[in-house]
Amino acid sequence: MSDEKQMTLAQMHPGQSGKVAQIQGGHGLAERLSAMGIRPGKRITKVSSQFMRGPVAIQVDRARVAIGFGMAKRIIVEPDYTIQ
Amino acid sequence: MKILLMGNPNVGKSVIFSRLTGVQVIASNYPGTTVSYTQGFIKLGEETAEIIDVPGTYTLEPTSDAEEIASKMLNTGDLVINVVDATNLERNLYLTFQLLERNIPMVVALNMWDDTEHQGIHIDLSQLQELLGVPVIPTVAVTGQGIKELVTAISRATSPDMPLRSHDERWAAVGSIVEQVQRVTHRHHTWLERLGDASVRPVTGGIIALAVLAIAFLVIRFIGESLIGYALDPLFENLWAPVMLRFSDFLGGTGFLHDILIGQLIGGEVNFVESFGLLTTGLYVPFAMVLPYILSFYLILGLLEDVGYLPRLAVLMDTIMHRLGLHGYAIIPTMLGLGCNVPAVLATRILESRRERFIAATLISIAIPCAALQAMIIGLVGHHGGQYVAIVYGTLFIVWIILGFILNRVARGFSPELLIEIPHYRLPPWKTIMQKLWMRVYGFLREAIPIILAAVLVINILLVFGVFDAIASFAAPVVTTVLGLPKEAVTALIIGFLRKDVALGMLAPLALTAEQLVIGSVVLAMFFPCIATFVVLYRELGVVNMLKSMGVMIIAALLVGGALNLILQ
Repeated sequence: MSDEKQMTLAQMHPGQSGKVAQIQGGHGLAERLSAMGIRPGKRITKVSSQFMRGPVAIQVDRARVAIGFGMAKRIIVEPDYTIQ
Repeated sequence: MKILLMGNPNVGKSVIFSRLTGVQVIASNYPGTTVSYTQGFIKLGEETAEIIDVPGTYTLEPTSDAEEIASKMLNTGDLVINVVDATNLERNLYLTFQLLERNIPMVVALNMWDDTEHQGIHIDLSQLQELLGVPVIPTVAVTGQGIKELVTAISRATSPDMPLRSHDERWAAVGSIVEQVQRVTHRHHTWLERLGDASVRPVTGGIIALAVLAIAFLVIRFIGESLIGYALDPLFENLWAPVMLRFSDFLGGTGFLHDILIGQLIGGEVNFVESFGLLTTGLYVPFAMVLPYILSFYLILGLLEDVGYLPRLAVLMDTIMHRLGLHGYAIIPTMLGLGCNVPAVLATRILESRRERFIAATLISIAIPCAALQAMIIGLVGHHGGQYVAIVYGTLFIVWIILGFILNRVARGFSPELLIEIPHYRLPPWKTIMQKLWMRVYGFLREAIPIILAAVLVINILLVFGVFDAIASFAAPVVTTVLGLPKEAVTALIIGFLRKDVALGMLAPLALTAEQLVIGSVVLAMFFPCIATFVVLYRELGVVNMLKSMGVMIIAALLVGGALNLILQ
C-alpha cells in the first residue's frame, strides 16, 4: 500500500480496522504502546472516539485500550480498504 | 523462600494471591487495583514460603512508577509465578519472556482459562509448556480451579536458559510461539462485548453512564434508608432505649458516669442523636446511621468495580478531568473516596505524575465526603428537607470543579494523557461480591468504631472539665462571624479531626437552623482531613505537599463557608 492511504488513529472512523504502520514521536510512547500490544504491524480496530478530542478506544487482539487523543494522533495506521 | 506473583495488570494476580495464602485482598476488574505490594504466606511441605502480590506491569522496562516498583521487586525474589491472561496470550507472553531472561525459576499460571473456550481460543498446553521450558498450569482463579496444581507445580519451577533478546527479537519470538500453540476460531461478539463497546461511545456511553450513576444512587439510598427505617431504628428505639432508660435510673439520672455513658436525657427520654453518651449516641451513630450506608455503598461500588464499569467511566470523563489537571482514570480514586478517603488517596498511585497525585489527593480530601460523613449529612441535614442535602452536594461538586480548575493552573508541570486497558465486562459471582463487601464492612467495624467510641468518650470528658469552652471562646470570633455558627460548633470542627461523622453528630444538639447545618456540613467536609486521611496524605504526598494541601483545604473551607453564610443567612 502507498503512503497516501495512511492516516492517524485519531482520523479513523469508529468501526474501521487497519494495521499499525508507525508510531511517531518519542521512543517512550512507542515503548509504552508496544508493551500493551500496540506496535507496527499489529491489526487494530477503532471502537470509539469522544467529543472534544477525548480519548480513542481501540481493539487490539482481544483487548480494548483507551488512548488519549494526542497519542492517537501519533499512531499512524494503514486502514483496510473499505467502502464508506 | 520469596515467591513473586507477577503479570500484566488485571489478569487476576490478587485473586490467585488470596487463593494461595488465604489472605483476603481487594481485587477488582480494572487495571491498577493493587497499588502497593501485599505479602502473605503459603505452606509448601515443610517450608513456609512468602508470597508477594506485585502490582501489575506490562513490561520490565519501567515506563511508570508501578512498573519500576515491579521491576525492582524482581531482584528480591527467589521464584516467580507469572500470571498470564489466557485470552491475551501474545501481549502477556512478552512480559513472560522478559521474566525468563532474568534467569529466575518460574511457573506460569494460565489464568481465565474458562474464557478461552467462550472466546473460541484453543491453546495447546503441552506445546506451550515445552516451548517456554517452564510448567504452565491452566487456572480459573475466581472459582479456584487449577490452584492446587499450581501449588504442586511450584516445586517444579525452572529457569530455562533464555537468551537476552532485543525488543523486536522478543516480539518475534513471542509471535512464533503464539503462532504454534494458539488457534482462534471466529465467533460473533457476545452481548456483553457489545454492551462494553456501547458504553465507551459518546452518545450511548453518556446515556449508560447517567443511568448507571442514577440507579447506583437510588439503590444505595433505598438500601440504606430501608435498613435504618425497618431494622436499626426500631431495634434502638424499641429494645435499646428502654434498657438505657432503666440504666439511667440506676445511675441516678445524673453525675459523671451517667453523663459519659448515657449523656443528657432530652425531656426525660434517651435521644440517640442528641444525648451524646457512649452507650447511646456512641453506638447509634456508627451502627444505626453510618453502617447501613457503608453496607449499601460498598455493595454497589463492589458491583461496579467487579463488572468492570469504572474504566469506561474514566474514558467518558477524560475530557472533563483534563480541565481539572487530571485524566479520566482519576475518577477511580474519586469514586473510592465516596466510601473512604484513605483507600482513595492510596489509589491515586494509579496516576502517573506527582502533580496529578497532588491534585487528585487534594481534591478528594476537600470535596469528596466519605460514606460515613454522607450518612450523617443525609440523616441530619435531610431531616430538614432534601433541598438542603442537595445544597451540600451541589456546593461540594462546584468546589471540586473550581478548585480542580485552579490547581490545574497553579500546580507546576503538565498532566499526561490517558492510556489504559479497558477490561471486559464480567458477571462477578455473588460470593465474590459478598466477600469483598464483608472485608470492607469488617474494616469499618474494626477501624472506625473504636475511634468513634473514643471520640465520644473524649468529647464527654472534655465537656465535663469545660476544656472546650476555653478553646471555643478562643476560636469563636472566626466561627461566629465568618461562618455564622454558634461558638459551640468550634468543638465539632475540632472533633472533625478524629471522625467527621461524630463531629457532624455534635452539631445535632445545638438546635441549628437548616442553613447553619448546611454550612456546618460543608465546612466539616472540606476542612482538615480526619486523622486517618491525614496520615495517608502525609505518607503519600510527603510533608511539603501535605502542608500545601492542608493550606488549600483551610483557605477553601473558610472561603466557601463564609460565602454560604452570606448567601444563605
